[in-house]
Amino acid sequence: MSESTPTENMQAETIVPSIVPTVNVPAEDRTSRTADNLEAKGQSGLEARGVHAWFDKHHALADVSLHFPQNTVTGLIGPSGCGKSTFLRTLNRMHEFIPKSAMAGEVLFNGEDIYGSDVNATEIRTRIGMVFQKPNPFPAMTIGENVLAGLKLAKVKASNKDELLEQCLTRAGLWKEVKDRLKAQGSSLSGGQQQRLCIARALALNPEVLLLDEPCSALDPGSTLRVEETIVQLSQSMTIVIVTHNMQQAARVSDYCAFFLSDGGPGRLVEADLTTNMFSNPSDQRTADYVQGRFG
Amino acid sequence: MKLLPVSDTEVSPRILKVSRGTADKVFRGVVLAGAMFSVAVLGLICAFLLYRGFEIFKDFGFSFFTSSRWEAAADDGSSPAHYGVAAMLVGSIVVATIAVVLAVPFAMSVALYLEYYAPQFLKRTLVSILDLVASIPSVIWGIWGYTILMPHAMGWSKTLNHWLGWIPIFKVPVPIFERSPFIAGTLLAMMILPIITSVTREVYSQAPRDQVDAAYGLGSTKWGAIKTVVLPFGKSGLVGGTMLGLGRALGETIAVYLVLNLVFKVNFHILASVGGNVASMIATKFGEAGPYELKALMAAGLVLFLLTLGVNFLASAIVNRSKKIA
Repeated sequence: MSESTPTENMQAETIVPSIVPTVNVPAEDRTSRTADNLEAKGQSGLEARGVHAWFDKHHALADVSLHFPQNTVTGLIGPSGCGKSTFLRTLNRMHEFIPKSAMAGEVLFNGEDIYGSDVNATEIRTRIGMVFQKPNPFPAMTIGENVLAGLKLAKVKASNKDELLEQCLTRAGLWKEVKDRLKAQGSSLSGGQQQRLCIARALALNPEVLLLDEPCSALDPGSTLRVEETIVQLSQSMTIVIVTHNMQQAARVSDYCAFFLSDGGPGRLVEADLTTNMFSNPSDQRTADYVQGRFG
Repeated sequence: MKLLPVSDTEVSPRILKVSRGTADKVFRGVVLAGAMFSVAVLGLICAFLLYRGFEIFKDFGFSFFTSSRWEAAADDGSSPAHYGVAAMLVGSIVVATIAVVLAVPFAMSVALYLEYYAPQFLKRTLVSILDLVASIPSVIWGIWGYTILMPHAMGWSKTLNHWLGWIPIFKVPVPIFERSPFIAGTLLAMMILPIITSVTREVYSQAPRDQVDAAYGLGSTKWGAIKTVVLPFGKSGLVGGTMLGLGRALGETIAVYLVLNLVFKVNFHILASVGGNVASMIATKFGEAGPYELKALMAAGLVLFLLTLGVNFLASAIVNRSKKIA
């Protein structure tokens, strides 16, 4: 056993430095994302203002205000039960499907409150897409039908379905693997492929924002890497918000990070900043402790 | 830590034995006896019917299934006895089919409403009311059907016959609309509604939440999510529930006896006052049957028993398969 000690020491030393973006993407994509560059993305996109959320009488989330600039990736991080998934689900009105749930505050999408009385929630969900924790393709449908399922469900017309199918699968990084078996059942794919199929399905509606709720937590490391590459590619053309438990993942894919924490009461936003700042120089001690793996 | 030398001796498996205490053994015996008893009862009933009815199958052979005549031997010996269940068998299937066709769409709507639209308090109330409906005795259904349902159903029959009389099944050779297969089927539909609803609702409630969420996340309406996820998922549950209802409808006796005119004639005109089913026929003939006719009734009973048994087996197989998928 004594031989393994040097390795443990090495691991201990490398925990912190290893948190740097290492994902395999064209270098100019990430490096061009300086603070000035990102701020210049302007005030459009998605913005939460004083968002609270309740499950029946349980106050799950309190007073979260965040702006997600256009074409950036924001990672929502924090320990279990801190309200980050709940917050994500308030951003496209999925929260209201839980019986007796409630929310307060506003979510502005291109300047308009999505909870406004004249807003069509189903239409909002076609423009703010969502990918879930567990890959959930429709089991009774083929791969191709799965990708185009949203068109039918949201009653959107597409001029060229074959082209759209190829485009969505390509953007989701799945085209090469499935192009010869589009008529196979969606459930015949591996977990990682299924998750990318779900991303392709969300892309078919051409959303402006994509919400991802721990999309890699059920996947193996190889599949995780593929999904992360997909996310980074997509962020060139859409705003992405991703909930993750994995600090390395947050560091690899996100431009901004928001740290949520619950001290027994409702979850609150502790700190939000550029991801590089959050990991190298956070202003709150709790953030530093969490990103360095001291709790959570 | 160090590696031990690999042994090169022959490997023989060690038998692992679970040792049970006395209490365990006794309990095991009791529950086993219970399980075996019900299997034994099933087998004995089958054997009893076969034993008592065997002579009939021997005497009439296949014509027992193809003939519609049910006549005892004349007292003066001028004509021999003749027994056949064709009309009753067809009648059973016609009436049960009408019941299922009417009940299934209704049961589906009720199940979907309860599971996906009804507010919580209403859902609980409606579920207990449905259970209550399931427990209404058949004779009450029969009396209610005869006195309340039939006068209305005769009106519906006339309307159907007036507009759709050109379709053979809605034709009425003699304009009598009382006690028709249609009325019996309508009554049976109400009787089997609770069981179909309850099985269907159970399967619908197990529809995977994450797939419903996926549909909503793609901008689907509630109906879209139900159509894409819940209905395909619940298909086998619906079929299973339907088969259970069908089993009950095939075997129903007293309610059918009260609202259906027993005539030994194969009849597909569902609005006409001509029909019957095996179960109610047995009930009608049992009291005054002589020894030989009794044997014929036993044989008819066996046919009915095997028919409902088959339908029920099929139903539970289908329901179990749907549970496995879930």
